[in-house]
Amino acid sequence: MSDKPKKAHKGEQGHGDGAAEHRRLSVLKTYKLYVGGKFPRSESGRVYEVTDSKGTWLANAPRASRKDARDAVVAARKAFGGWSGATAYNRGQVLYRVAEMLEGRRSQFVQEVADAEGLSRSKAAEQVDATIDRWVWYAGWTDKIAQVVGGGNPVAGPFFNLSTPEPTGVVAVLAPQESSFLGLVSVVAPVIATGNTAVVIASERSPLPALSLGEVLATSDLPGGVVNVLSGGTAEIAAPLAAHQDVNAIDLAGAGEELAKELEIAAADNLKRVLRPQPVDDWSATPGIDRMTAFLETKTVWHPTGALGASGSSY
Amino acid sequence: MPTTASSAAHALTDVTASDGSLRRFLHGLPGVDTVGLEARAASLGTRSIKTTAKAYAIDLAISMVDLTTLEGADTPGKVRALGAKAVHPDPTDRATPTTAAVCVYPDMVATAKEAVAGSGVKVASVATAFPAGRAALDVKLADVRDAVAAGADEIDMVIDRGAFLAGKYLKVYEEIVAVKEASGAARLKVIFETGELSTYDNIRRASWLGMLAGADFIKTSTGKVAVNATPANTLLMLEAVRDFRAQTGVQVGVKPAGGIRTTKDAVKFLVLVNETAGTDWLDNHWFRFGASSLLNDLLMQRQKLATGRYSGPDYVTVD
Repeated sequence: MSDKPKKAHKGEQGHGDGAAEHRRLSVLKTYKLYVGGKFPRSESGRVYEVTDSKGTWLANAPRASRKDARDAVVAARKAFGGWSGATAYNRGQVLYRVAEMLEGRRSQFVQEVADAEGLSRSKAAEQVDATIDRWVWYAGWTDKIAQVVGGGNPVAGPFFNLSTPEPTGVVAVLAPQESSFLGLVSVVAPVIATGNTAVVIASERSPLPALSLGEVLATSDLPGGVVNVLSGGTAEIAAPLAAHQDVNAIDLAGAGEELAKELEIAAADNLKRVLRPQPVDDWSATPGIDRMTAFLETKTVWHPTGALGASGSSY
Repeated sequence: MPTTASSAAHALTDVTASDGSLRRFLHGLPGVDTVGLEARAASLGTRSIKTTAKAYAIDLAISMVDLTTLEGADTPGKVRALGAKAVHPDPTDRATPTTAAVCVYPDMVATAKEAVAGSGVKVASVATAFPAGRAALDVKLADVRDAVAAGADEIDMVIDRGAFLAGKYLKVYEEIVAVKEASGAARLKVIFETGELSTYDNIRRASWLGMLAGADFIKTSTGKVAVNATPANTLLMLEAVRDFRAQTGVQVGVKPAGGIRTTKDAVKFLVLVNETAGTDWLDNHWFRFGASSLLNDLLMQRQKLATGRYSGPDYVTVD
């Protein structure tokens, strides 16, 4: 579909004068999807060109098809049991580990964010730092959210009545189009922090930070399939995901008004939870817990206690 | 087409006259080109089957499924549920074809028979000390008679792999003949357990041996070992039934079993059938899939074709 990689494009810059002895072939990175803990190319074999904000070619990213979306959902569904069943404490540890790994590859992400969003290095570094802090913030929430939105309910009878939040299942996430890294993490981390698994569609214009994030997640003890990253045409991939009967919720953060409407209609068929796009001026502001509670369901159970005997227990 | 076992035996009578002649015949079969076989199977697997052809293939595959439960934990309730599923694979769409049969252990035949009564779905029973086949011939035959008496329409027997690998071909032959006789009117499927036969040459020999002995179906495996049906060993068996019909005029069915889980896999097997044995075998009288989870994937793909939306495991029965 698209052009072949234009190699020997970047590596030559800045080596021109008197550096002939240092001249080496540039080793360009092949960006790939992240699905089920593996790094496949798109099933369709398509790629598209990713450019920086000035239009200079950066890399070719895979243009995922609906079959890649389907495979990603299968992977996410498979991972759901293990991830949602893991203790909240363990999920927190894993998410913190992601932050540690990001810290180690900080300079790579600064470069990618600077290219993608046309920021200076220092501005990009601020974004990356805020992103890493965002992971840590959500890592802390994993074992606290149940205390905030769940708890014991007072009931008129000799029962314990408890409400606990439970993850809703597989969540399709359309990452924000503008904020390629901080925005991305701000929508992905809350989804998986509570035990959901995610199929993420990266920003269409600047998917590279998202695809590199996949490499970080793969080395962070995060089970394969918990997060699946697809790049390509947002509308093209989102349509089958919104209609997919085995997706439980969809976050439309990266959809325009028109697309969001279409997807919401498609999502109604199996009563998906839909989080409509909300304008976000500043992704670095404290997010609150709304993005976590959007993909939680409340389970309420009644426990008979019976009459308490003299010993304090009737069991 | 004449399809009695005796006519097959008649055409090649002298072959089975003694252990020596049988061995000479089986070892005289041409050797299998392993690389060629696997390359052929792989290349046929790359055919692209889409839209109406895919819809046809999915319905055909559903009608070829031997819906199987062979667990120690099988209960009458589970067998009844399986029977209900075989009769109406997709309760939300009554246009879905029924499966070919349900496949159970002998003691569950009566239950299964009741569950599929009046639907045209057959009941197949494994027998002859399935899956190992390590029992005396009397015991095996009693096993078969039990299943037949309970109403089994089809008997899935296992061959004595130990005897086969030791070269006692006549023993294996005579055992199949005896089981065929005990099966009476029930169609006999002969399981070779290809994963234990080590070589493609052995699979070819076993196929011919089974067909000479009067098998109505030759079946790859029990589903209880590491290597089950593969495109390559199924292709080999399809070649055997094709050649056998050319030589004797008797048509024998093929049943790959175990390890076929997705619609894509099933369609690949159908391509093998069409390209190797021919369209005569594209019918559930001559080709079957031994599977349990395959049916759910076929149903999900069927729903996808009907609605344009990817379906999920929430919309098919759990079994």
